[in-house]
Amino acid sequence: MISPNLSAIFYLVSGVLFILALRGLSSPETSRQGNLFGILGMIIAVTVTFLSIGNFSTGFIIVIVFILIGGSIGAFIAYKIPMTAMPELVAGFHSLVGLAAVFVAISAFINPIAFNLGSPGNIKLGSLIEMSIGAAVGAITFSGSVIAFLKLQGIMSGSPITFKGQHPLNAVILISIIITIYLLCSTQSSSLFWILLVISFLIGFLLIIPIGGADMPVVISMLNSYSGWAAAGIGFTLENTALIITGALVGSSGAILSYIMCKGMNRSFFNVILGGFGATDDVSSKSTKEQRPVKSGNADDAAFLMKNASSVIIVPGYGMAVAQAQHALREMVDTLKKNDIKVSYAIHPVAGRMPGHMNVLLAEANVPYDEVFELEEINNDFANADVAFVIGANDVTNPVAKTDPQSPIYGMPVLDVEKCKSVLFVKRSLSPGYAGIDNDLFYKENTLMLFADAKKMTEDITKNL
Amino acid sequence: MEIDPLIFRLSIFILSIFVGYYVVWSVTPSLHTPLMSVTNAISSVIIVGAIIAGLSGNSQSVFNISSIFGFLAIALAAINIFGGFLVTQRMLAMYKKKKKAKQ
Repeated sequence: MISPNLSAIFYLVSGVLFILALRGLSSPETSRQGNLFGILGMIIAVTVTFLSIGNFSTGFIIVIVFILIGGSIGAFIAYKIPMTAMPELVAGFHSLVGLAAVFVAISAFINPIAFNLGSPGNIKLGSLIEMSIGAAVGAITFSGSVIAFLKLQGIMSGSPITFKGQHPLNAVILISIIITIYLLCSTQSSSLFWILLVISFLIGFLLIIPIGGADMPVVISMLNSYSGWAAAGIGFTLENTALIITGALVGSSGAILSYIMCKGMNRSFFNVILGGFGATDDVSSKSTKEQRPVKSGNADDAAFLMKNASSVIIVPGYGMAVAQAQHALREMVDTLKKNDIKVSYAIHPVAGRMPGHMNVLLAEANVPYDEVFELEEINNDFANADVAFVIGANDVTNPVAKTDPQSPIYGMPVLDVEKCKSVLFVKRSLSPGYAGIDNDLFYKENTLMLFADAKKMTEDITKNL
Repeated sequence: MEIDPLIFRLSIFILSIFVGYYVVWSVTPSLHTPLMSVTNAISSVIIVGAIIAGLSGNSQSVFNISSIFGFLAIALAAINIFGGFLVTQRMLAMYKKKKKAKQ
């Protein structure tokens, strides 16, 4: 058994290692080393916990068994999961962190002696406040992430679910959570603790159902942030620095990502969270729109245009992930490069269903990361490029965001795809994108629509090159 | 009067938020997905609390309600730790630079 001071120092060391793990992600070269720091920090934290308890009896063996069970499930998932399913996986993992926080809080509430927090029914006030906040945030993270997971997986419809009085109901529940925490802390009543958990689960569920599929990048980042705050809450209860540091890191990381995603859509955080975006008029819009002429072409035309280009910019979006077209795309690009055509990729911050989604898919298809550019880096290059190849993206290329103040996406930063000499737009139909609005790009003089499945079209183009 | 240890923990917490803020802003956008999976893995350091909970039973009864919740939390956190770090590793291994084959 090691002294509490020594173990506190080791927890601090593992907290620092976690900071270095995130620091490593500032560039792909240092990132792998960063991940190793993270693993090391985790090993230190777990080992120190065992040593500080110093109880190597039956309980210890059972703990190891549960770690091995969980660990092998986790390892299995990590190796099997296709890269296109990363958003679902991350949402699923968030729910587990949330649930683990809830379980630890329950355990500490039932048996506070083991955690040095007082006795049942007489828990130290500070600890009880921290514990109930940790439990409530954990429960919200859990049920919210489950809904996000179901939406991303397609088990639940990705369109927003709204009903009358939704926002007042949520507000009432949120207020009652605060009141319940207050009452719980003044009475120490265990039934209030269970009520708190139930209403927190409920609000997590209700908060996420009105948010539509393409807003998931914000939701996932937000839940990431929540899982951090839940961990920090438990960290305060357990007086554990590793948990407090990590909770703060993860909490601010998720918050920054949500901010970046909201900025990428030019919407306020509350506008996203209140939900219902794009749900209202997508039924009526189809019939009212006048028919405008569209130029459509086939793989042969597209191949001809690209062969005669000297530079091509590729704009991938969620559709590429759905069609699993990233490998076919890279093969097409390889062929283009053989013909001495310069190719680069342009990624919009909210392309896909989570932050960095497109980058991972391109990396999976062996696209070197120095050919992939962010919006600000590449947006000026469209004017000098010959062909823009839009594959699976829609709203993020819509010039309406720059020209029409009436449009719901007005002000959103978009890729200046229309400035290219010609635009090839792979899409299955003319249907509007997530925002429920028509894309002006479809009707431009220099746009050629390629109506097909993204993967099949890309393969056909490669054959024709 | 002595300062409550809670204040020290609060200081660590607030300073860590700032550290997190600056560190995360320096993360390159192309690595935002690995960032999420690795933060997922490290926030599962909550396993520390789960282990304490799991070992809270006395020697006669290893399984009481409190320790059962602890064991379950251990399994959940372990899924995240192994899954999170390994999937991050797998993703990061895919990020490659352009091969300068012609030179």
